[in-house]
Amino acid sequence: MEPKVWREMGLNDEEYEKIKRLMAREPNFLEVGIFSVMWSEHCSYKTSKPILKKFPIEGPQVLQGPGEGAGIVDIGDDLAVVFKMESHNHPSAIEPYQGAATGVGGILRDVFSMGARPVAVLDALRFGPLEEGNNKLLLSGVVGGIGGYGNSIGIPTVGGDVYFHSSYSGNPLVNAMAVGILEHKHIAKAVATGVGNPVMVVGAKTGRDGIHGATFASVELTEESESKRSAVQVGDPFMEKLLMEACLELIQADIIVGIQDMGAAGLTCSSSEMADHGDSGIEMDLSLVPRRETGMTPYEIMLSESQERMLVVPKAGKEREVEEVFIRWGLEATVVGRVTDDGRLRLIEDGKIVADMPVKALTDEAPVYHRPTREPSYYQELKQVNLENVELKESAENVLLALLTNPTIANKEWVYRQYDHQVGTNTVVVPGGDAAVLRVRGTRKGIAMTTDCNSRFVYLDPYIGGALAVIEAAQNIVCVGAKPLAITDCLNFGNPEKPEIFWQFEQACAGISEACRILETPVTGGNVSLYNETPGRAIFPTPMIGMVGLLEDIGQVLGNQIGTEGEQIYIVGELEGEISGSEYLAVFENLEAGLLPELNLQAIKERLKFILKLNKPGLLQAAHDVTEGGLAVALAEMTAACGADISINSSSELKTLFGERLGRIIISVPKKHADAVESLAKADGIPLCYLGESKGINLRIKVNGRECLNIPLGKYRPLYEQTIRNIMDSENEE
Amino acid sequence: MKIGIVRFPGSNCEVDCLEAWRVIGQDPVMIWHQETSVKGLDLIVLPGGFSYGDYLRTGAIARFSPIMNDVIRFAKDGGLVWGICNGFQILTECGLLPGALLRNAGLHFVCSPQYLRVESNGTVFTNEYKQGQIIQIPVNHGEGNYTIDDEGLKSLQENNQIVFRYATSNGQVHRNGNPNGSRENIAGIVNKEGNILGMMPHPERVVEDIIGGVDGRGMFLSVLKHFERRGQRGA
Repeated sequence: MEPKVWREMGLNDEEYEKIKRLMAREPNFLEVGIFSVMWSEHCSYKTSKPILKKFPIEGPQVLQGPGEGAGIVDIGDDLAVVFKMESHNHPSAIEPYQGAATGVGGILRDVFSMGARPVAVLDALRFGPLEEGNNKLLLSGVVGGIGGYGNSIGIPTVGGDVYFHSSYSGNPLVNAMAVGILEHKHIAKAVATGVGNPVMVVGAKTGRDGIHGATFASVELTEESESKRSAVQVGDPFMEKLLMEACLELIQADIIVGIQDMGAAGLTCSSSEMADHGDSGIEMDLSLVPRRETGMTPYEIMLSESQERMLVVPKAGKEREVEEVFIRWGLEATVVGRVTDDGRLRLIEDGKIVADMPVKALTDEAPVYHRPTREPSYYQELKQVNLENVELKESAENVLLALLTNPTIANKEWVYRQYDHQVGTNTVVVPGGDAAVLRVRGTRKGIAMTTDCNSRFVYLDPYIGGALAVIEAAQNIVCVGAKPLAITDCLNFGNPEKPEIFWQFEQACAGISEACRILETPVTGGNVSLYNETPGRAIFPTPMIGMVGLLEDIGQVLGNQIGTEGEQIYIVGELEGEISGSEYLAVFENLEAGLLPELNLQAIKERLKFILKLNKPGLLQAAHDVTEGGLAVALAEMTAACGADISINSSSELKTLFGERLGRIIISVPKKHADAVESLAKADGIPLCYLGESKGINLRIKVNGRECLNIPLGKYRPLYEQTIRNIMDSENEE
Repeated sequence: MKIGIVRFPGSNCEVDCLEAWRVIGQDPVMIWHQETSVKGLDLIVLPGGFSYGDYLRTGAIARFSPIMNDVIRFAKDGGLVWGICNGFQILTECGLLPGALLRNAGLHFVCSPQYLRVESNGTVFTNEYKQGQIIQIPVNHGEGNYTIDDEGLKSLQENNQIVFRYATSNGQVHRNGNPNGSRENIAGIVNKEGNILGMMPHPERVVEDIIGGVDGRGMFLSVLKHFERRGQRGA
């Protein structure tokens, strides 16, 4: 075989030699194709595995950690939450609508293939600045695709986050998270056991779309990427809805051994992984696979990423029952092979063996690379940038208005208005809250969920930034009154073959691990997306964190809006933030630099526990964490119904109003509970600072007795709420 | 009272409708789209969703489904039919209600709380509201832009068939309160006889405070009371 063949499929020469050794012969074209996708970064995690192994994955709440379609966490009453986040970055860069839509479809299949009914979707999105290039079109297409898929299948899109930064120009991030609810007894696994048990392909027919999608996801985006548009799949939410109902019916009928989504690398990955998990083999006759195109080769059938398909191993003799379920939903279910005990993946076409390889060679034997790391030169340089002389450039009022109309901070209603966030009638906290909250029908419980990552912090200090992404997620969960349970992650980085990038990856994961250990929120799964680069530039390292939390009593759900006049407003944590890595510094000094404040995870954990302690007996009206834009922005976000009169003493107006530092939460307390809150803080040794009270229709802030800001709600709220709409509706909208 | 909710394969609000009726104390049955009879039922609900994927035109295929033949017969015999969102689209497609629902002006899908003005509380579905009452019921659709020709509009007006209009928070029926470009801000209509109602907003989403309000309850209670009164009359 010509080296060109395997190289074009993304294998290097050493990898090809290893395949030859494992096969004890020259592989044929089909076999090389199968190895190439199974050994791609997307399927094998060959680069990231040594790092991911260090994540804390255990806890009494964890029913299923990494390795299956999705993680599972116990919420009591024999119920569990199933959740996972996954990237669809490269497809979305090329074909935003379908890329994002199939991202949603894929993550939903991961959740319902575990036996859970999906109840919510969240989307963490990152784009380049809206005024640059085609970013507006990308935002428009991605949001349309997410809505188009989620709205149709009838699962509410309840949250997520959107940031804009130039490092994402040309390489947007589209990370979709799905959350489902499951009864313990219905947990399904991706496993093929029981010699002679049939192997069935169910759902949609197989076509030529998405061939080599997994490999495509594992290289940098270049100008030629456009020509790989055929590697982007096309979604059919109606088909997925049928598939979901049929699969859930199947799992509940208890007639199957195992089930797995056909996502990346389709039939190849699902069959190898199911056999791997079952320590078995699988033999399939490819001529039996239902197709929607004629003349497909075994190679195309095995590598197709046609959507809305599953691989199912029923118990022997239950094939007919499986078929009946699918026929009722208007779908096909076809026996294409059987489980064997010889540990081989054997493929047959027209009676001839066309591929025959050891399953473990595809999975366990995939190469693992311990990539070199090197601290990038920018790291020390940016830390040492002197920010002592940075001063407020304009009036506090102008700064606040500029920050509130900065698209990263501005209200995202334009986005979530296009998502059905209420279908299912369980959504208690809709988009716009700190985290989304859904009630769990038939119980008093609620589940909270969020996605977070400030990638500027990760860029400046990957270790601290990684930890802060977890902290921010936990803050958001706590601010709706829920206890953080566990995380999923979506690790978006540049090309790991560059030591500086791999250093970012290693550091960020270490920071995430440390924060998860302290907060007792283990990692239950996730996804790695590397090679997020456009010519000459990597994205800011973006380890997106998806977290779920539990409210034992949905009646304790907490909002982020100040309600009426006379509420007492406090900040839990430090009054002052830092200028380093702040939105202020980026917007007004055009500088992304500085030393991040040292991390005290234990102290932050105590504060989060304190918020929950206050909320349980109902001492709080609202809570909201202080993040991008600092205290002034957080206060502006909390004041839609009523203004606030704030008076603080501080040595720095800039650091107090616009400085950033995680681990700080603003609380609004009904007057009658103020004493109780203050004494609890004292007793627990929690830093608590009185800011002022809710009053009137202005946000008014005095620092050291001098009024530095006094703006009517009627002025800043519309600006905050309509910024993105105005940008998106202007000129070049299609 | 016996309520049936038609479940098309791509319906996605059928369970929400079921749960809403349960909040009101009723226990509807689900009717699979391949069934052929709605016999014995007092009210048919056509729920929201994407009946058959709706890739062609919303509701365009649903009208040909086996169950719809009997729903049409039932409606023509005076039976109560309540179409919500996709259900409204299906009712216009099969000609049980006049007009059509086009792509939203602005072209985006819209999911949002929405104020409505009750234009007619004289229907079976709305007699629990006050005439002109402002209620808040969310909308959630990509194709809810109601259109009808001049003659049809005149007929709707003359026969008092316009039931809900989109309004602003202070109750003005004005362009600013119109989420989708509907003609005359029309959000819901009945047929001349008043037994078939189609509406784009989702009242089943607002029957409990915990999920955002109770302004939709009035519709469920109206229908229930209608049957209770009829029962007392011994009909």
